[in-house]
Amino acid sequence: MSYTKRVDGREFDELRKITAKVGVIPRADGSAIFAFGDSIAIAAVYGPRTLHPQHMQNPETGILRCNYDMLSFSVTERKKPGPSRRSSEISKITEWALSPVLQLESFPNTVVDVFVTIIQANASTRCAGINAAALALAHAGVPMIDMVSSVSVGKIGDKICVDLIKEEEDYEGEGGATDIPFAFLPRTGKVSLMQLDGKISVEDLKKALKAGEEACKKIYLEQKKILKALKE
Amino acid sequence: MERRDFRDRGYRDRGNRREFREERFGDRGDRENREEMREEKEDYDNNFREEKKREIVIPGETVATGSDFLPGDFTQREGNEIVATRFGLADISGRLVKIIPLAGVYMPRKGNIVIGKVTDITFNGWIIDINAPYNAFLPAAEANRFVNKNDLTEFLDFGDIVVAKVDSIKRRGIDLTTRAGGLGQLEEGMTIDINSNKVPRVIGKEGSMINLIKKETMCNIVVGQNGIIWIRGNDVKSELLAKEAILFIVNKSFVEGLTEKVEKFFAEKK
Repeated sequence: MSYTKRVDGREFDELRKITAKVGVIPRADGSAIFAFGDSIAIAAVYGPRTLHPQHMQNPETGILRCNYDMLSFSVTERKKPGPSRRSSEISKITEWALSPVLQLESFPNTVVDVFVTIIQANASTRCAGINAAALALAHAGVPMIDMVSSVSVGKIGDKICVDLIKEEEDYEGEGGATDIPFAFLPRTGKVSLMQLDGKISVEDLKKALKAGEEACKKIYLEQKKILKALKE
Repeated sequence: MERRDFRDRGYRDRGNRREFREERFGDRGDRENREEMREEKEDYDNNFREEKKREIVIPGETVATGSDFLPGDFTQREGNEIVATRFGLADISGRLVKIIPLAGVYMPRKGNIVIGKVTDITFNGWIIDINAPYNAFLPAAEANRFVNKNDLTEFLDFGDIVVAKVDSIKRRGIDLTTRAGGLGQLEEGMTIDINSNKVPRVIGKEGSMINLIKKETMCNIVVGQNGIIWIRGNDVKSELLAKEAILFIVNKSFVEGLTEKVEKFFAEKK
């Protein structure tokens, strides 16, 4: 039996409900919360500030340092707190997804710290994290040449879906599940993150990326709306 | 623990000395005058004052199209478009397009009056934390009175609050000076932190807002361009009222006719 209807009744190209807000952490230089349905990420940005340890300083430019963390209660089975192989990987790819838009050349020897915390997880947490981080960076007034929007696309059975949930990621029917986290720079149309877990044909991958692009444009409009609504 | 006790005593001693100085020179009024001078020196951001309607733009958004426009602060030309590189209010005046930032860390500029805290003492000066990406340095030679080179703590000790002017910004490091009227150590009172982009709002048109707060609370207030504000009043109650008023302004910085709102705020508090 092929995958004809999504588990939560969405259209194949439909995103979960996006809820987001900036300025949620008063002591941070910039902060944002971003949620795809019940996957909720909070991002806090500090800096540019002097980087320690000193040997990591770059006299030519400021650097970006991301930290992704999933809280122990964010998943059904308690997650052991603290860094893991998975969280350090996601920290690194978040950094790579965001760094192409940042302009830190005028802040040599400094660091911009981004802390992404997942408070509730139902797949696509790294994408929610990147969206939250992009909002928080903009809110912190860090010079950026573009925004970053991110979504997970995938092939469930034989259907291309956007914004996967846990049940879809674990789909074991015919065709299996392929999960592609994807980050997109809406102004230039460039891709700053693409990972792939599963199997997919070249044609389907092209279709998936097209779907991802469309979804990211929707997310971008949402991010824009949220930043513009800021009145504090 | 012992060290702390010692330092606490140090504070008290200095406090007494200050009173003594005031008695001798009767510099209360003089102090007021210096405060005024200090404000005149600060270069206000005129931008918030005009009644022009400005739109909030986000990074990467096109602010203007066409080769007629010139990219100003925090904008960049990308082909035929002027693109914002920072979150803020887009301001188009004539051909020049610029962004007035709404958030972000304080970047020092030459001539800015800033308030900072002594975090370290070197053999020839003090390292001051001014809430900027880099620490600032106040050389002993730039102190506003004679300092014994053997004991710099005589003038400024760890944790002391100082108001200084940004003297120069070199490739590496910010140099400060206190050799101008009204600069130097700030004793007693309290400091609060606000977003440095809101400082022009707190000061108001030609200092109207800050003078209103001073009048209503009878406090001495020094506003640093880096968003640190020092308040010293006759009692804690008036200091807290001044603090509340400043936070009120910061939270309502988008509202039009803010001065009237603040007047009302004080009327309600009385």
